[in-house]
Amino acid sequence: MSALELARWQFGITTVYHFLFVPLTIGLAFLVAGFQTAWVRTDNPRYLRLTRFYGELFLINFALGVVTGIVQEFQFGMNWSAYSRFVGDIFGAPLAIEGLLAFFLESTFLGLWIFGWDRLPKRVHLATIWIAAIGTVLSAFFILAANAWMQHPVGYQLNASVGRAEQTDFLAVLTNPVAVITFPHTIVAAFLTAGAFVAGVALWRLWRHPDLDADAFRTAARVGAWTVLVAALLVLVTGDQQAKVMTNVQPMKMAAAEALYQTEQPASFSIFTIGSLDGRTELFSLRIPNVLSFLATGSLDGKVEGINDLQAGYQATYGPGDYVPYVPLTYWSFRLMIGMGALAALGAVWILWAVRRRGLPIGRWVMAVAVILPLLPLAANSLGWLFTEMGRQPWLVFGLMQTSAGVSPTTSAAEVLISVVGFTLLYGALAAVEVGLLFRRIRAGLPETPAAGAGDEVDRPVAFSY
Amino acid sequence: MELTTIWFALIAILWIGYFVLEGFDFGVGILLPFLGRGDRERRALINTIGPVWDGNEVWVLVAGGATFAAFPEWYATLFSGFYLALFLILVALIVRGVAFEFRSKRPDPAWRSRWDLAIFGGSLLPAFLWGVAFANIVQGVPIDARHQFTGDLFTLLNPYGLLGGLTLLALFLTHGAVFLALKTTGDLRRRANAWAGRLGLAAAVVAVLFLAWTQTIRGGPASLALSVVAAVALVGALLANRVGREGWAFVGSAVTIAVAVASLFVGLFPNVMPSTLDVAYGLTTTNAASTPYTLTIMTWVAVVFTPLVLIYQGWTYWVFRRRVAVEQIPADEGY
Ligand code: HDD
Ligand code: HEM
Ligand code: HEM
Repeated sequence: MSALELARWQFGITTVYHFLFVPLTIGLAFLVAGFQTAWVRTDNPRYLRLTRFYGELFLINFALGVVTGIVQEFQFGMNWSAYSRFVGDIFGAPLAIEGLLAFFLESTFLGLWIFGWDRLPKRVHLATIWIAAIGTVLSAFFILAANAWMQHPVGYQLNASVGRAEQTDFLAVLTNPVAVITFPHTIVAAFLTAGAFVAGVALWRLWRHPDLDADAFRTAARVGAWTVLVAALLVLVTGDQQAKVMTNVQPMKMAAAEALYQTEQPASFSIFTIGSLDGRTELFSLRIPNVLSFLATGSLDGKVEGINDLQAGYQATYGPGDYVPYVPLTYWSFRLMIGMGALAALGAVWILWAVRRRGLPIGRWVMAVAVILPLLPLAANSLGWLFTEMGRQPWLVFGLMQTSAGVSPTTSAAEVLISVVGFTLLYGALAAVEVGLLFRRIRAGLPETPAAGAGDEVDRPVAFSY
Repeated sequence: MELTTIWFALIAILWIGYFVLEGFDFGVGILLPFLGRGDRERRALINTIGPVWDGNEVWVLVAGGATFAAFPEWYATLFSGFYLALFLILVALIVRGVAFEFRSKRPDPAWRSRWDLAIFGGSLLPAFLWGVAFANIVQGVPIDARHQFTGDLFTLLNPYGLLGGLTLLALFLTHGAVFLALKTTGDLRRRANAWAGRLGLAAAVVAVLFLAWTQTIRGGPASLALSVVAAVALVGALLANRVGREGWAFVGSAVTIAVAVASLFVGLFPNVMPSTLDVAYGLTTTNAASTPYTLTIMTWVAVVFTPLVLIYQGWTYWVFRRRVAVEQIPADEGY
């Protein structure tokens, strides 16, 4: 494999892996803060125990989010140095601001939260988790603004003499229409993920130990399930808006999402298709009329351009070349993203029904639901990014720079191979450790609340210590 | 002052902040297996940096991001050029970061000693490699007309680079030992104090050698003056350590690192990555910089938010100012 292909695998692997932890971090930070707020308000120890239980799960997950993020910060320079030279003037700013505004906030205030249980007044301590949670959202905004610029470059001019894109309007970069809609979509998807996690874990506990802390876990199951339902609705609303923006700025991506080769008016949406992988020929297809038109244009009989017309148009604008992304991937990742979100919502409805009026979920398959439910939105998130990034191909920066032009020219294939293999092995091992720890923690159940005021300040054990 | 100069200074400050803060984290991590006898002592050691290490690490992320934003050419050449060294640093930081978080989660001794090893190696490797990297930046590396680094990992492992690595390592070890003497109690504190004295002497020897060598490569009156200040501060730190004034010793070791790193940046200016192939190929604050427009925006962001960060990070140190006693560590749980 060439250094280019390896670098693409490298980026895909490390980023998707990073993003397995990110949504859970964002969503859980808020849900844990919510539990703690409930405790501070009501003084009900149930909420304190839930805070500490989910708080510890949150921290196990957070650790991997942090360390995989470090790689992200440096790998643009490592593998994509030509890209970095080309866009640094624009792309570097949000990245630096993300660090200065968000990472400092998150890491410092989480440190205060973890170690500050008996060092800070109750309300100040509560504020630390909220500040950390706000930090995660800030971080998401700036990194998404950076990514949105690659999907739809705005606020720049090309400087041919130095061969780079130069920023002319910072505000335009931050209010990029793609960023403005990607941000809420990603955040509500994160809530969906965390809600499913909270509900899945509670369900597992209720099934496994129906007589231990059932009330507390019923509360958690309800909170999680409602979070999933509300978030699923908002994901739908934002996703629909996002599709319209996308049709506007990257029509090829929309066509590839539907494997739509011929321009259609009105266009139907296929739930699934059996045929050749790239959808050129189909044997059978389950279709809903007019839905694609609505998704793409907002009108039931809007015109949706097909891949063939778009390809011809792109050739006229950008010169000869292949401007079609890998359609099997865009087609299936788009559907599966939506489908898995819908399945998670169904699971949430079932949970709400099962735990109604002090009820308990019974049946062998409950465990399967508990395990699968949190995995659905995680997979949907990864598929969403795969779709977003692969649907942009062959462009690295849409219309300005192709992926093949962005790779580091002097970095050898051997060097990239070492890092691909190294990171993949390391990440695989860490995933096993993380899953093992999560299960251990879940099996141990709710922690006891520490007896208040034991010992004087100095000999009191350090809470939540390493 | 020119914007590019301001940003050169800001990036120098970010690296200085990183080395001063994460420097003692690294030192604590490397000393962990030697200083900590038994699990409770080791937990006490880790808990001295527990609330702050992650915040300290963010300094390097912001340094990286700021370099990308202000000097994209520097960012691109440096990180694609020092590829394998950076890969090793990243692996070390990953392993070390999860080790802090995961170590205490299980009571099993084998589990814990494995993570101790991860903390040790994960601290040692970056401490050394950052030194190697910085020494090479100062010395210059083969960079061609297209601003591409043409060497490999072994280009970096030259005598001056290796001495730079040893210097940073020795300084961090001293800094970490001084920090532990400041943050622990009883026997642990006494032992940390003794280690600090011994390590400090070794650090003094390599640091003086390295800074003197640096003067012959990229010397000037200002960087010479700073090197002398660094040496004096180190001697002061050692004297304070000797008489058990740990607060002053820590100030001394922090100033040593800050001023020594500052002297490297001062010597480097206005270059950011000189080339050994042809002086004209080298990267400077002007030919590596972003546009004035971007630099102006970034300056405003930095002016508003950096003081805020300093205030709340400072507050964290205040909240956790107390020493960590071994007796405070809960007998044991894990799950
Ligand atoms: C829980 C996860 C999840 C769920 C259930 C959905 N999405 Fe999504 N989607 C994401 C998680 C996600 C994501 C990971 O957050 C992405 C990747 C990049 C982004 O902005 O969001 C994404 C991208 C993404 C894009 C690509 C935007 C672009 O390339 O510019 C579109 C058009 C949609 N989504 C639309 C939808 C629709 C119509 C959904 C219907 C219900 C939907 N998504 C459910
Ligand atoms: C600012 C944020 C991001 C930037 C700048 C970015 C940039 C890139 C770059 C440079 C590539 C390599 C070129 C290519 O092969 O396509 C890429 C591909 C990719 N990225 Fe993104 N990305 C960002 C965010 C994400 C996130 C959060 C995810 C999701 C987890 C993601 C998923 C992918 C995937 C799956 C690929 C395809 C890898 C491949 O081509 O084999 N990206 N992106
Ligand atoms: C590909 C581009 C990305 C880069 C360069 C990047 C960078 C980083 C870094 C350096 C960290 C560790 C911070 C620390 O040590 O405290 C991190 C963690 C995190 N990132 Fe990413 N990230 C990327 C993609 C994303 C995306 C797309 C999102 C959100 C939608 C996101 C949100 C977060 C969050 C919430 C964390 C949690 C852990 C933390 O901040 O400490 N990141 N990221």
